[in-house]
Amino acid sequence: MGYSRYDFTPLLHSIDQWLYSVMSPAWALIVELTLIGLAFLIFYALVGLFLVYAERKVCGFIQNRVGPNRVGKYGIFQTIADFIKLLMKELIGTKDADKLLYNIAPYIVIICSFMAIGAIPFAQGLLAIDFDIGILYIISVSSLSVIGVLLAGWSSNSKYPLIGAMRSGAQIISYELSVGLSLLTIIVLAGTMQFSKIVMAQENGWFIFKGHIPAIIAFILYVIASTAETNRGPFDLAEAESELTAGYHTEYSGIKFAFFYLAEYMNMFIVASIAATVFLGGWMPLHIPAWNGFNVVMDYIPPVIWYFMKTAFVIYIIMLFKWTFPRLRIDHLLTLEWKYLLPINLVNILFMALIVLLGWHF
Amino acid sequence: MSSFFKYFSDLFKGVKSLLKGMAVTNRYFFSPGEIVTEQYPENRNKMKMYDRFKGEVIMIHNEHNQHHCTGCGICETSCPNGSIEIISKRIDLPDGKKERVIDKHIYHLGMCTFCGLCVKNCPSHALAFGQRFEHAVYDRTKLNKILNHPGSSIIKDIEE
Repeated sequence: MGYSRYDFTPLLHSIDQWLYSVMSPAWALIVELTLIGLAFLIFYALVGLFLVYAERKVCGFIQNRVGPNRVGKYGIFQTIADFIKLLMKELIGTKDADKLLYNIAPYIVIICSFMAIGAIPFAQGLLAIDFDIGILYIISVSSLSVIGVLLAGWSSNSKYPLIGAMRSGAQIISYELSVGLSLLTIIVLAGTMQFSKIVMAQENGWFIFKGHIPAIIAFILYVIASTAETNRGPFDLAEAESELTAGYHTEYSGIKFAFFYLAEYMNMFIVASIAATVFLGGWMPLHIPAWNGFNVVMDYIPPVIWYFMKTAFVIYIIMLFKWTFPRLRIDHLLTLEWKYLLPINLVNILFMALIVLLGWHF
Repeated sequence: MSSFFKYFSDLFKGVKSLLKGMAVTNRYFFSPGEIVTEQYPENRNKMKMYDRFKGEVIMIHNEHNQHHCTGCGICETSCPNGSIEIISKRIDLPDGKKERVIDKHIYHLGMCTFCGLCVKNCPSHALAFGQRFEHAVYDRTKLNKILNHPGSSIIKDIEE
């Protein structure tokens, strides 16, 4: 197929072989791991900074404002200036905080989103590790971040973080079910959990078109549930600033606060890229069966651009949620999950299984 | 059975209203219409403040450098934090009588809370609120202003 001209596999393989030829295998492995870690670190920081900027701009336009527009042209360096400010700020802790847990919590949160980002395919051959249980891995790793949130709330020795963390725990544990089940709906259709195979299976049509009605329902449910899972508005009860000042990161300042902040935006990026990969074809260009000329033209657009366009689309939807809807109350939040999302999800997964059995999908 | 239908009607009604809200914000994102943000330092030449804006207390002077202030001191007594001082003087009239007129109407902008009691209480409507708001100075004494312009006199339009 045409998109193979942008395959990263030969390039990465030649780098791998060159490294193993110039140094001993142990050193080559260490150098490779360092390079991959460094690449992800830079990517992480850049995407995090850009997403904060994008959110402020989207929010500004929706509210008839201009958003940040002073630092650099159109304010593009605003978040970098903010980040430098956070780096130089004093780290103020509470008096009787559990020092070890208090200091560890931001790292747990940020490490979880780091681990999740490793399994996401950005283009053909461009992913750190291709598990055959990729989706299961991402779900399990990304839900580990609730431990960091709970630790942050517990160890701060302050009432607002504790309430925020407990809310966050109740919320993430319940919405994890809906995220898992809606992804499971697509796994039923795809027949695999490996990200590279899921993307390749969407070569002749994305899953949201192939699985038609149940896939569209699953996509909507996934976007709602994953918004709740990342603690973003309208589900941001965990940090409800009007009630709990800042929720679980009330007592954090400086770079530790920046870690929580960055992790929130990176989690949004991760759930958006999972949605893009599983439902919208990931890096796979838009292919319509039997439209060969159209498919050839689409193949000329590099997969990385396809991937980022789809992810940006899902991120825009999630941002639109935040700036449109008012915050839910905690009982409304749990009602939405246990009375609406979960039953619909269970029926939907049966419906999808039926469709796959009868061969009614495309 | 009715609760069964209520579940689904609630669900669809909820989704419909949420989508309506998202359509509104989405429209604003792509065509925000009039941006309400004032780009302050750039637009300071053509910026128009609102009429009700309380920038500072001023004394209204007409084109002959005349004002309405009789120096009665009601603004001084009505000011809650003492930011107005009235210094009056007596002048000799041609017919031998003496008249009290305002010498200095001292206004301490640094102490003013812009409550507007002086403007409201002035019996001859001599005071008003100006629209200037760039009051930052390096020396606090520059905030003590004399509101009546030098050489000004009172408008004698009540007797005539």
